Amino acid sequence: MTPPHSDRKTSPSTARALLVVVPLGVLVALGLFTFVYGEGHAYLSNDPNACTNCHVMQEQFDSWIASSHARVASCNDCHLPHHPLGKWVTKADNGFFHSLAFTTDAFHEPIRIKDRNRRVTQDACLYCHGDLANALLPATAGGDVVSCMHCHGDVGHR
Amino acid sequence: MKTPKQIPNEPDPKRGGDRSPRALFGVFAMTVVATLLVTWVLVTMFSRKQEERQRYVRVAEVDEVSTDPEPWGRNWPQQFDGWKATAGDAFYGGASAMPKSKLEDQPWLRRLYAGYAFSIDYREARGHAYMLYDQGVTERITKKPQAGACIHCHASNTVMYRKVGREAMGQPTDVASLAAEFDMPAVIRGFQEVSQRPYQEVLALVMAAPDGTPDENEPVVPQPPAGGFSGEYAGEPVEAAIEGEAHPVACIDCHDPETMRIRVTRPGFVLGMRALAEGDAEVPHLPSVERWRRGNRETPYDPNADASRREMRSFVCGQCHVEYYCANKDVLEFPWAEGLTMDQAEAHWEAKTFPDGSDFYDWKHGETGARLFKVQHPEFELWSQGVHAQSGVACADCHMPYEREGARKVSSHNVQSPMETVAASCQTCHNVDESELRTKVDALQQRTVRMTERAAEAMTDMLDAILEARVAGATEADLQPVLELQRKAFWRLDYISSENSKGFHAGQESMRILAESIDYSRRAQTAALRLRSPQAPSIEGIETEPVLGVTDRDAAPQR
Repeated sequence: MTPPHSDRKTSPSTARALLVVVPLGVLVALGLFTFVYGEGHAYLSNDPNACTNCHVMQEQFDSWIASSHARVASCNDCHLPHHPLGKWVTKADNGFFHSLAFTTDAFHEPIRIKDRNRRVTQDACLYCHGDLANALLPATAGGDVVSCMHCHGDVGHR
Repeated sequence: MKTPKQIPNEPDPKRGGDRSPRALFGVFAMTVVATLLVTWVLVTMFSRKQEERQRYVRVAEVDEVSTDPEPWGRNWPQQFDGWKATAGDAFYGGASAMPKSKLEDQPWLRRLYAGYAFSIDYREARGHAYMLYDQGVTERITKKPQAGACIHCHASNTVMYRKVGREAMGQPTDVASLAAEFDMPAVIRGFQEVSQRPYQEVLALVMAAPDGTPDENEPVVPQPPAGGFSGEYAGEPVEAAIEGEAHPVACIDCHDPETMRIRVTRPGFVLGMRALAEGDAEVPHLPSVERWRRGNRETPYDPNADASRREMRSFVCGQCHVEYYCANKDVLEFPWAEGLTMDQAEAHWEAKTFPDGSDFYDWKHGETGARLFKVQHPEFELWSQGVHAQSGVACADCHMPYEREGARKVSSHNVQSPMETVAASCQTCHNVDESELRTKVDALQQRTVRMTERAAEAMTDMLDAILEARVAGATEADLQPVLELQRKAFWRLDYISSENSKGFHAGQESMRILAESIDYSRRAQTAALRLRSPQAPSIEGIETEPVLGVTDRDAAPQR
């Protein structure tokens, strides 16, 4: 007599499900723990202290405190777009590459701003100082323009 | 025989059942990979957080007799590794490992230093780890008598100074009392006691002094063979090898063993800075000196108490990388009472007399007999005249740049040329490409080197002219003013060619000094030529060509 077909069928599928569900649970738990342990929530805020969590930007932070902009603009004001969508895309982009760099320990020191982020900062300069700099701006959108940071590179931090 | 092909459209009940486990396996594999990644991130994060918390663990005790860097190295392994790295990938001893001779590369140096020990043996410098070894084997030491003052900068010697000083002052010198405190007065006294004694005698005192590791007698970097490669000191065979251990300048020479604070320990520097502060030379790059001058001046200027940390990051280097007198006719001295410039140091030596009342000089030139001042290596002084000092940049900022090790910032103790660490040394302030920075430094140094060669040519022409004048019958009295000019020309050329930055520490100042050297050499040459040439004819009333094509003001139409 052959054993009931259904018994043989259910047991391996439960095992298979467990094979996936248990590790997934572990992954989620580990991920959550890592997120909290790494103060991941801080990166969702606008707090400048979050930028020195890993100490790589300690010098920039220290000199920002003493800078002319310390009372009027924090890290995110100059380094993230003011458009809500652009802000989160840029945050995610930089968050990923900063984590990658610091985890693999492979990046140029002293740190250097990337072209994309430089454009973000240029826009941030104009967000506040656009009226003042109006005469310096190109007549057509996307035209050549002198970068504010070329001369004013140390107004935010060294 | 071929197996018949499956008809694709025909459903296979078995395969249909397998699809879900495959997908599940895929999810499983991805979960494994993702978990591995998250764990890796977590572990890195954890170790970074640990690094951030633990500054250091003091596993070995160090105190004021710990001249041996080995126990310090167990507490501060990164700094210790850097210090050892000044030897290169391994320590290269022996006669065949010696660096290139400067005398062969620049033959004019032999004439420049004629009659002086530097004309026997003068080589390219090596890292800090070699300072004691290379001094112990140079023919300047093995063939000619030298003073114990040389040890002031080539060995970790403060315990020896303190011991000798306390003995002279009638105080106990057991290990416990030597280890109790730094005792600057005793260190200065010991330094004054041994400065003029023979080199080998003072080296033996260093080796006999406690080094904090009584049970261990293997120095971290090898000691030089006694009497160098020829087994001689001052031309005399060495009878017995000296017992004990001596270390090149190590941790204790720049750090307080209790607090790790940087400090200065060299009596020559402490006394030199006192003299500088008590003088009135402007030193805008050393604000603590100007602050002390404005104060009540009750206690002498003390770098360890008065200077800022930024100044200390240059002072630790200024303990040795300077100009000084270090032979046996007087105690070692830094010539800073009048100020830190080349001219002020020259004025100091010109005004100085030896304890017997005779005029100061380093040696009589072997060709001309001129009494010359030898320049050592005035890096600290030349830096003082440069744009980096004016901008508040310290020696350590470029030569010992901060390096990040995980979450920790460590000052590199592999002291070397900043050209080996351009990113860390220069780009912290100069936000330009590495290649651009290199090109700039290279251009400045090449210009200085070319001008140095030109000054050397003027110097050798002058020496020839002086010798020719003497052969032609010029008297010593005739030649006296020429030899004075030779002294000034020599001092300036040597100031830049002995300084180790090829002009970088103060580019414009270096060019000024070399230009003055050339001027003095050519003036001396002209004066020497005049001594054997006929009287110059008068040029009074000689006709000169007037400017042509310009209307005379009086003849011009009036407005």
